[in-house]
Amino acid sequence: MTALLLRRMLRHKGFLTGLALMVLLALLAAFAPLVAGHDPFGQDLAHRLMPPAWSAGGSWTHLFGTDHLGRDYLARLLYGARISLAIGLGAASVGCAIGVTLGVCAGYFGGRVDQAVSYLLTCQLALPGLLLAMALVFLIGPSLAVVIVVIGSLHWSYYLVVTRAATMQLKRLDFIAAAQAIGESRLQVIVHELLPNLLNPILVIFTLEVGVAVLAEAALSFLGVGVQPPTPSWGLMIAEGKDAMFFRPWLVVLPGAALFLLVMAANLLGDGLRDVTAPESRN
Amino acid sequence: MLSYALRRGVLAIAVAITVSLATFFLLNFATDPAQALAGEDATPEVVQQIREEYGFDKPLAVQYLRWLGGLVHGDFGQSYHWRSPVGALIASHAPVTIRLALMAIAITILVAIPLGAIAALRPNSFVDRLSLSVAVGAQAIPGFWLGLVLIILFAVKFPIFPVSGDSTWKHFVLPAIVLGAGSVPSVMRLTRSGLLEVLGSDYIRTARAKGFRGVRLLTRHAMRNAMLPVVNVLAVQLGHKLGGSVIVESVFALNGLGRLAWQSILGGDVPTVQMLVFVFAITFVVLTFLADLLGAWLDPRIRLG
Repeated sequence: MTALLLRRMLRHKGFLTGLALMVLLALLAAFAPLVAGHDPFGQDLAHRLMPPAWSAGGSWTHLFGTDHLGRDYLARLLYGARISLAIGLGAASVGCAIGVTLGVCAGYFGGRVDQAVSYLLTCQLALPGLLLAMALVFLIGPSLAVVIVVIGSLHWSYYLVVTRAATMQLKRLDFIAAAQAIGESRLQVIVHELLPNLLNPILVIFTLEVGVAVLAEAALSFLGVGVQPPTPSWGLMIAEGKDAMFFRPWLVVLPGAALFLLVMAANLLGDGLRDVTAPESRN
Repeated sequence: MLSYALRRGVLAIAVAITVSLATFFLLNFATDPAQALAGEDATPEVVQQIREEYGFDKPLAVQYLRWLGGLVHGDFGQSYHWRSPVGALIASHAPVTIRLALMAIAITILVAIPLGAIAALRPNSFVDRLSLSVAVGAQAIPGFWLGLVLIILFAVKFPIFPVSGDSTWKHFVLPAIVLGAGSVPSVMRLTRSGLLEVLGSDYIRTARAKGFRGVRLLTRHAMRNAMLPVVNVLAVQLGHKLGGSVIVESVFALNGLGRLAWQSILGGDVPTVQMLVFVFAITFVVLTFLADLLGAWLDPRIRLG
């Protein structure tokens, strides 16, 4: 089983690309202080808005140039990866806790519980998520934890839909009946029998939702209602570079490219995981 | 059909009420509107005064009923930040957003459905694989970033379109592309998978045996059935476009509902924000309700099943 899985993984180009990219970005984020060589908060007003090393007027001391306060752009990008990853993983976990709980309960108990959860889902889908997230973060007060909880509690529908359907399928199988027959309580059935079998689809959605959350955080920070300055967040960096972007496009292009790479890595990894663990669900 | 429509209608109304409750309590319970309105440096006395003046000291249930009562009578409340009625604000900002959303959904349809159809006709061909990988890539691009890059490219480097504003249709082209691009991947995938399924069915084999091929086979036979789920998703996407216009409108300085919402949030203007959230939610509910009815009308299995 594991050998088969491993062989499928090694043959899946998208999965391998996503994995490599994700590992690289995670390592860069983890070892940011070593790689950066500069303080991401250190201002140097004498060297403001320096272009990247490869364009005219750039220097190799600041590989990606500097921002409007003379802070090293590479260092800020690397530390920004930490923020993005922390929020992406945190928000995807919050959403996972909510969505999986609701989905498993709806699928396992069925009937009234299922109807109530479906109704909740219909209501949630009707709400304009980004707008509500912006308002909540602003009104509660923007901090890392608030951004994580708000984004997470608005992104659980995908977990719900998938775990509900999977639970309904599993419920009919003999091993669940067997577990009930030997006297397992409902909670035990859910924790010991259902959840282990839901692990693969949950992992797939988790990976994809990390990408969604990273984009949501970037949008919030871009609009000024997410991570606050001077914390380096990619969305915030794009907002700060926006005013100078006509003559210094790299200020906008570089953090955007970083966002693209991270979200792309999450999407490739998630899609790849699905193909590898459940090849029958392709297309 | 009538009983199906009634059931759906009751559900839609229930959802609308629940959503209004949720919005109201989220924005008023988790937060202190008086503090947000007064600003961070306000003295406690000032905050308390504002609290009493606007009725924030009353129980939330009372505040909600008062708000709902006003709503039923067409009173959308008073904006603190803009110092004008919320209803008038929404009415004056809505045309820009509606225009933007309609153009965006038109772009989505024009790009996504033909691409999905071509991909389904030739599965695993070069076009199929290319469009699928472009879709995967497109899903990873932040909308606001795409907007800024388009401004750099087509408003500054090659000045074809204006940078910002909303006076002519040209002002809407770039924002509509950004907003429309967001839903191209999902609509394209759905068109492709829907068509693939239909193309494998018996009645299509019969049509093929009768000599139908290519575009004629698609438009006369396959498309109708494959488009059912797509119509639903398009309604959902249109609803999201209205609500998701916040980013695009702020990037391109379009003075629509999204920008109004953003500025109201930054101004701590809870009445305007909660009414906007509610209006977007209602629009979404109405659109999906209409799509349900359309689907039931097109496919008897839905209304009878």
